Amino acid sequence: MHKTLSASVVQKYTAPRVAHRDPWMVQWGLTLVAVSTIVILIVVPVVNVFYQAFADGWGVYWKNLVGNKDTLHAILLTLTVAPVAVAANIVFGVAAAWTIARFHFRGRSILTALIDLPFSVSPVVAGLMLVLLFGMQGYFGPWLREHGIKIIFSTPGLILATSFVTLPFVARELIPVMEAIGSEEEVAAISLGANGWQMFWRVTVPNIKWGLLYGVILCNARAMGEFGAVYVVSGHIAGRTDTMPLRVEKLFQEYNNAGSFAVASLLTLLALVTLVVKVFLERKTRLEMAEAAKLNAPSGELS
Amino acid sequence: MSISVRNITKRFGDFTALDNVSVEVPTGSLLALLGPSGSGKTTLLRIIAGLEVPDSGSVLNLNEDITSQNARDRNVGFVFQHYALFRHMTVFENVAFGMRVRKQPKKVIQDKVRELLHLVRLENLERRYPSQLSGGQRQRVALARALAIQPKVLLLDEPFGALDAKVRQELRSWLRKLHDEIHTTSVFVTHDQEEAFEVADRVVVMNHGRVEQAGAPHEVFEHPANPFVMDFLGNVNVFHGRVQNGRAQLGTMEVDCPEYPHQESRPATLYVRPHELDIEHSPNGTSSLKARVERVNRAGSVAKVFLLAAEFGLGLNVEISPERYTELALKAGDTVYVSPRRIRVFVPEYVI
Repeated sequence: MHKTLSASVVQKYTAPRVAHRDPWMVQWGLTLVAVSTIVILIVVPVVNVFYQAFADGWGVYWKNLVGNKDTLHAILLTLTVAPVAVAANIVFGVAAAWTIARFHFRGRSILTALIDLPFSVSPVVAGLMLVLLFGMQGYFGPWLREHGIKIIFSTPGLILATSFVTLPFVARELIPVMEAIGSEEEVAAISLGANGWQMFWRVTVPNIKWGLLYGVILCNARAMGEFGAVYVVSGHIAGRTDTMPLRVEKLFQEYNNAGSFAVASLLTLLALVTLVVKVFLERKTRLEMAEAAKLNAPSGELS
Repeated sequence: MSISVRNITKRFGDFTALDNVSVEVPTGSLLALLGPSGSGKTTLLRIIAGLEVPDSGSVLNLNEDITSQNARDRNVGFVFQHYALFRHMTVFENVAFGMRVRKQPKKVIQDKVRELLHLVRLENLERRYPSQLSGGQRQRVALARALAIQPKVLLLDEPFGALDAKVRQELRSWLRKLHDEIHTTSVFVTHDQEEAFEVADRVVVMNHGRVEQAGAPHEVFEHPANPFVMDFLGNVNVFHGRVQNGRAQLGTMEVDCPEYPHQESRPATLYVRPHELDIEHSPNGTSSLKARVERVNRAGSVAKVFLLAAEFGLGLNVEISPERYTELALKAGDTVYVSPRRIRVFVPEYVI
């Protein structure tokens, strides 16, 4: 909302014909710095990932992915862990965004800050915290072992670590969207006789769907790419607890460059797809919020 | 269905939005809650709808206490100030919503929605989305949506607030006609006294969370209960004089006011509406006030004359008919004599 507002103001004031112009040296210099940084740091490495992966041709590439039992398992494991973490994230994110956008309570700002915590904590520390809680020597370790539940060095641990690291994505995306849309339509739905569930599915979800999807896409990309936290809790047992990023590292350590780059190319592809979808969704969310601003008008007097 | 609000009090933190308010809405009537912003009228409306819970007091529907019933079960049609239309649904789906969540058969819904869209004259717009409608059209969709659940009572929050003057005027008389057709007990909130008087059967004037006066529009207009109501009902000339022995005095002007027969002189406030003042070229005994014509505005259905009573440094607004204006041939700078045909006197309560 603020973006569109300030944009229109800027447009108005950049109009004067006798504009101040920076010398061409500065213009070209800055452009060169920006472009070369992007090329060296982003474009070259990304292209190189695919170049290395396909260095020995399609056949070898395919064999590296599917022919290797442990690699195949890593791919499947990531395809299990990420969706579960994303699902947990959706439930938490919607609930948290709802709480923060709809209610005003004591400690609201503390909760908002806490949601962001996983972004500022090093993933390795996050993994370590889980080990200290659920590991053999951890607080719940003995109890878990007695009941035959394995968390650390197994899939539940991977899911927990991934969920922790990705926790803020959906909530952060939804809070501003829900605040912009406001609760009037929801109140209207209730006054028309809808119950909470009907209101949520018929009014709230359609209104926030693009914002929600945006959060999900970012969350998914991070969940599949997570390394640090997962590294600590997995114990990297090949064919058991290795996810794709862990597999990339392991193959690389074993001097299997082709195999390593093949897996890496999948992760890079995911990133590129995410990027495209993200740009599309960003536009949709912006429209959603602009529409909200237009329809809600000023919130008006209270009484 | 008649609605009674009994002794409702509602506070938001330190702010008292409603202070022991009681209002009766007779079955089939159209009632206006009229007051300035912050007077508590919208809060009262939301309490009737069940969207807000009062701290004390009760809401009765006929004789059933519905105070603790939630909004969903009250079967109240609420038209929101900014309409709150479902933005991702078409006009048809917006109107159908209340029936869809009640799981009514498709055919029934379709017939009812068509009937309502016909009633609000939006038949050909059923496939549009709210963002594709004008303000007046959105307003009517909101109304149709509220009526679709066959509400016991229809509540409208500043129904014309967000519309421009012409659409406002049209919708006003249309709403009145609609109410005469469907007779749903209705309450609407407004801060525009003209709107309240034109549309409503009964007017409740509110201020600072209290009811100042309730009654039929002409009663309230003709017999304002106190200075606030008098002042709020628009354009009025205020004089500060004294009352004694059933006479009110303002400089050389004296008028009868038998309501205050006491011996001692008390300060009083005198109110006269612009159309209740006469202008003459010559003094009329002791019941007129000398003034100078400052400005004349001939545009509109009445001539508006602005006078200055130099003796008191008091500006006066007078409205006279165009015929009378022509007869008097007034122009700026003329000295004239004004006499009130009707005057309302309020003596502030003595505080000892």
